[in-house]
Order: sequence, then C-alpha cells, then structure tokens
Amino acid sequence: MKSNRGMAAIAISIGLITTTGLALCDGGGERRGGSWFSGAAPGIERADTELYVRECGGCHFPYQPGLLPAESWERIMRGLDEHFGENAELGDPDRETLTNYLLDNAAGRVNRGLPNKIMSAQKGRAMPLRITEMRYFVYEHGEIPRRAVQDNPDVKSLSNCDSCHRRAHQGLYDEHDVRIPGFGRWDD
Amino acid sequence: MTMHHRLFAILLLAASGGTLAGGAADTLLQTYRDQGAGPFQAETGRTLWTKSFTAKDEPRGCTDCHGTDLTRAGRHRKTGKPIQPMSPAVNPKRLSDPKKIEKWFLRNCKWTLGRECTPQEKGDYLTYLRNPDN
Repeated sequence: MKSNRGMAAIAISIGLITTTGLALCDGGGERRGGSWFSGAAPGIERADTELYVRECGGCHFPYQPGLLPAESWERIMRGLDEHFGENAELGDPDRETLTNYLLDNAAGRVNRGLPNKIMSAQKGRAMPLRITEMRYFVYEHGEIPRRAVQDNPDVKSLSNCDSCHRRAHQGLYDEHDVRIPGFGRWDD
Repeated sequence: MTMHHRLFAILLLAASGGTLAGGAADTLLQTYRDQGAGPFQAETGRTLWTKSFTAKDEPRGCTDCHGTDLTRAGRHRKTGKPIQPMSPAVNPKRLSDPKKIEKWFLRNCKWTLGRECTPQEKGDYLTYLRNPDN
C-alpha cells in the first residue's frame, strides 16, 4: 500500500513536470492557445489533408490526429509493415509528410476540447496504439452492448467511427448525432 | 443529347479509360521486362490470384478481400470495408497509376504471400487483371 502511494506520487510528479514542460514549450508562440486545459477551441480539428484521407482513409476511417497522442502516432508510423495485422507500408516521402501532419496535430499538441479531454483522462497512464484503448474512449463507449457494435454486421467494430457517428468525418462526435444501424439513436 | 451523341460520349470515355489503364500497365510490364521477367501470361496470373497462400500461419489469398469476380466490388475480410472492382473495364480508375499499383503490390504481396512478389509474378498478375479473358 505504502509503495503504491509512493508510485502514485512519482506518477503525479512526472505528470506535473511533463505538463509544465509542455506549457513552457507553448510559450514559444508556435502553438495556438496555451496548455491543454484552458482557452481550448471546442471539438477536434477535422482530418482534411488530401494525402492523409487518400493514403490512410483508403483502408479505414481517417481518424483525426487529435484522437491520439504524438508518441502513439510515432510508434504507429514506425511500424506500418505490421499495422494492426495489415501491411500498410508507405514510400519515404509520403510517410514523412504524414508523420509530420499527425505529430503536429496530435492530442497534447493542439489545444482543442476533445484532444484535451482525451489527454487529461489518460493522465499518467501508458499511451496505447489504439484509439479504442484510450481511457476516455473506453469510458465514453462502455455502455454500448456487443450486439450493437461487434455483433452488428453494419458496424463490426468500434473502430468504424462513421458507422454510427454521422458527422465523424467533420470531426463531430456529439452524442446527438449518433445513429447505430439497426438501433437508431443512442442516448445514455 | 441525341442517341448518337450519347453513344459517341460513351465510346470516347471508354477509349480514354482504356488508354489510361493500358498506359500504366504497359509502363510497369516494360519495367518488369527490364528486370529480366517475361513473357507474362493471364492464365498464370489467374492461378496466382485464386491460390491460397500461407502467411503468419493462416491461409491468405487475393480473393479473400477482392472476391472472385473482378467486375464486382470486394470486401476487406477483417474491416468489411468495400473494395472497388479490380477490373478496369468497370472501374476505369483501376490500374491507371503506376505508383499506386506498385504500392499495393508491395503491401498485398507481403501480407498475402509473406514476401514481396517477383517481377514475373507482378507481370502475370497485371496481365490477368487488365484483361482476364485472354
């Protein structure tokens, strides 16, 4: 118990140091806004670079970069030959361009409402590779039964954002826009 | 638009589509010949297309996702995402961009066969896909 508390204290300290570090970086003026926690624009930046939508959106929903932190994107882009069981290799120029785009707009690097919530829910925890394993995501989707998603042939997976979030492509994940195929509105 | 005009427009579209698809495929086939491969056969391509390979200890094949009918859309076997038809006859954008063809050969050969395809295999695939009936 005692050592648990000790670990927690260390984790919080690391968190604070990291946050401070980021806030200091923000002082450089390159980024819009300040830290993750104040003056954020609402929602999330839409993914609208043509290259990203073509290369990544060709196979799956083009997840907005702000849905994952930079360190997750970095690992994803380093392992495209084993991309969640698929080969998604890209040539060097495209991979570099897309990596820069993802890192520049990652959660923790942009000051927008949704990425901020995602980062603050994650706190000191490890950063997963899957958006669906981020704590905020798990919390928001926790009450949806399997029959509505995984066992629903029109949805299949929580990874198919736009199957239910009708304005997911515009970066709008408001609950009021949700229509689960075969189930309709979802309000909890 | 009269019937005549419409027919002409369709013919023109078909011709330009054909030229585009032919252009990219021809360019690549020549590249493969320059690498020592050839001659290429649609029949060999068909055999490869319908063959079941083993990669990562599971059976994998082109038709798992693309389906057996090249003129119809396929469906990604894991994600369920529709994949537009492979046949340039019904999908003129198909086989029209050498860079895109090479990108997908790299990804899909590594996934399906567990290795990159040889220039000979790529040439046979391409010869089959552009004109399956030959």
